[in-house]
Amino acid sequence: MRENMMNKKERLQTIIAALILIGVFLFPIWKIDLQAPQYPEGIGLRIWVNQITGFNEFDLNNINKLNHYIGMKEIVPSSIPELKIMPYIVLFLIAFGILVSILKNKRFLTIWLSLIIILMIAGLYDFYIWGYDYGHNLNPNAPIKVPGMSYQPPLLGSKQLLNMKSISLPDIGSYFIGISFLLGSYVLFNKKK
Amino acid sequence: MSTKQKARFIISIFFIALIYSCSGNNGKPGTSDAAEKVYVAPGEYDEFYAFMSGGFSGQITVYGLPSGRLFKIIPIFAQHPENGYGYTPETKPMLQTSYGEIPWDDAHHPELSQTDGTPDGRWIFINANNTPRVARVNLSTFETEEIIEIPNSAGNHGSPFITMNTEYVVASTRFSVPIPQKDVPISSYKENFKGTISFIKVNPENGRMNIEFQILVPGFNYDLAHAGKGPSHGWAFFTSYNSEQANTLLEINASQNDKDFIAAINWKKAEEYIKEGKGKKYNSEYYHNIYNDETHTATSNVEKEILVLDPKDCPGLIYYLPTPKSPHGVDVDPSGEYIVAGGKLATVIPVHSFSKMIKAIENKEFISEIFGIPVLKYESVIAGEVEDPGLGPLHTEFDGNGYAYTSAFISSEIVKWKLGTWEVVDRIPTYYSIGHLMIPGGDSKTPFGKYVVALNKITKDRYLPTGPELCQSAQLIDISGDKMKLLLDFPTIGEPHYAQGIPAEILMKGQKKIYELGKNNHKYGLRSEKDAKVEKNGNDVHIYMSTTRTHFKPDNIEGIKIGDKVYFHITNLEQDWDIPHGFAVKGMNTAELLIMPGQTRTAIWEPKSEGVYPFYCTDFCSALHQEMQGYVRVSAKNSSNELKYN
Ligand SMILES: [Cu+2]
Repeated sequence: MRENMMNKKERLQTIIAALILIGVFLFPIWKIDLQAPQYPEGIGLRIWVNQITGFNEFDLNNINKLNHYIGMKEIVPSSIPELKIMPYIVLFLIAFGILVSILKNKRFLTIWLSLIIILMIAGLYDFYIWGYDYGHNLNPNAPIKVPGMSYQPPLLGSKQLLNMKSISLPDIGSYFIGISFLLGSYVLFNKKK
Repeated sequence: MSTKQKARFIISIFFIALIYSCSGNNGKPGTSDAAEKVYVAPGEYDEFYAFMSGGFSGQITVYGLPSGRLFKIIPIFAQHPENGYGYTPETKPMLQTSYGEIPWDDAHHPELSQTDGTPDGRWIFINANNTPRVARVNLSTFETEEIIEIPNSAGNHGSPFITMNTEYVVASTRFSVPIPQKDVPISSYKENFKGTISFIKVNPENGRMNIEFQILVPGFNYDLAHAGKGPSHGWAFFTSYNSEQANTLLEINASQNDKDFIAAINWKKAEEYIKEGKGKKYNSEYYHNIYNDETHTATSNVEKEILVLDPKDCPGLIYYLPTPKSPHGVDVDPSGEYIVAGGKLATVIPVHSFSKMIKAIENKEFISEIFGIPVLKYESVIAGEVEDPGLGPLHTEFDGNGYAYTSAFISSEIVKWKLGTWEVVDRIPTYYSIGHLMIPGGDSKTPFGKYVVALNKITKDRYLPTGPELCQSAQLIDISGDKMKLLLDFPTIGEPHYAQGIPAEILMKGQKKIYELGKNNHKYGLRSEKDAKVEKNGNDVHIYMSTTRTHFKPDNIEGIKIGDKVYFHITNLEQDWDIPHGFAVKGMNTAELLIMPGQTRTAIWEPKSEGVYPFYCTDFCSALHQEMQGYVRVSAKNSSNELKYN
């Protein structure tokens, strides 16, 4: 029973791990960049915990303009429910982490870390569904129709979509989740006293 | 051709022949060395922007140096069918004057704004010679933002030269006229005719101009100007000719005096006199047109008054520097000490010294007084004379390394000479009849050197012939070594009268890429496609139309009747750099529109016969550009067709 209890240092580390998640509010979690000859200055999306923005100021607008040729739905951040829920999930994780530190019990730390993994997998799955929907549910009257073509962005990595190379990667916000998770795991598995 | 022009032409032909006979292959660089120096590889940038006046085209043209490639024509004093400037209600006010709408002019001297005597890339100013005006172009948008008319002026030639920190833009009148204008015999020139020199204040925040004061000057012809810098900051210098005050056959009658004058004006002193209340208010109506890039619309304001200083009431305001003979250009060297005059008919280039001038003023070394203005003793103010400077020396620019370069019109050449020793060190022929010349920053405290551009009036055998009218041209000459080297010829639009050059990097940082839709406050602008609509108000039909790749909204409009005046207010909803859309209707009597991202422009159309009229996008905007079109149905005046659209 005793080895399940955290010492002072471990509790502090757990609090830090929880607070690192605040970074998720400060930086985008994911990025989708598009490369095409006509966009030497770069064009892309940044997905934040509560919004979607362009890499350049007006990129979202411009990507919607480009997407209308292939019949893709307009990306309207205010109508995406995930962007409303996600901030609360992260806040919950931060609160839970602090609570773990207060309760001192490493079992709760295990639950916390498992929650992060589950939520991340769920998030990625949701992102996949989102990409699938945007890439496949095309307006049947779109001006450009390429037989057999869908425009689902890659979940991770890069993919050529007609004239655009689409690159999808975690952004700085995700690194905070990773660091938080690693620090939590360190507290859990570090045996040295 | 006037007799004078004929004489000039014969002389210049004679000299061309002379140059040809002794220079051999000089006019053909033809070497890979020159080609390499002007070659800008695909995708790479030119080192300098060159802004050239369009002369009688009334515009500014923008070129890259060293490539000589044309980038853009900026419409200023003339209508421009390419983008509808001067045709649309948003831009028509820019061409308003107290004489009504004037859709053309003769634009001569582009002048970049400066901070501490160095071009800063914020604005460029240019004069309208015929109907006196000064315009300001914003260099983040390359659009004309302001045009101010200069009252009590005629032939706005010595303009718009600027002071070291763009405190003022100056403008002197070439033709003296009765002030205020009145019906008098022309032969009463000496009693009734006066000149003016205007000081236009420039707001350092937004560039806004206002004519702070005018100075009433004797009825000579005022030609060119330059402001002092460094030690001579606070002074501005103006050449004058026809000190004889002749009013007929000036070619002879204005060429009698051995010396005419450079007027040295102490504008800091003028400011003091204004503060003391020495200025008199004159009634004179003049237009001040301002373009706002949030309403995307220009407005004309009519000013009614102007403050005028009379040198008689203002001792120490002006001094005359005697200068041989019918001086044309007046140029101040980078140190601000030397004032170089170009005398059309002079055989030497006289160079005045600013410090000697101040000393001569202190010692009252005056030889006479004209209309209350002291004339300084030539010998007391002259720093030196450049001997054998070519025939018809006109203008001088500086390389910042102690050398001056003077254009010689009659002998068609550029002559390089050394400041201080006044000796000619090099000369190179130009093809042909050079007027101004330009070194990037060459009239500033900090010349960027490297090149001199010759701005030539005649091209004769230099290009493929194009009928009686041949192109005018510029020539790029390398001045980085001891010997000047011709690198490139390139044709220009209109008359490349004068030009200014600036390192590209200074301008590139500040370029605007789009107009933000969120800031579009045009009266008929749209923020989104949902707001597109048509409203009828008596016989006026206002169509609030949007464009985006690759459709108009609405694209079918019915219920227009003969006798209606149709306003297409078109907002380009794009927010992407370099995605303008165009607009034109069949049979439209004005111009097409070219609408920048986030901008609103209006086309006015008054259909005259029944039918269905197509409209379309004129700028190839993307893959489905050819589908970007629509129809307007026009019915008889008494038709019962209702207004509808989609
Ligand atoms: Cu178009």
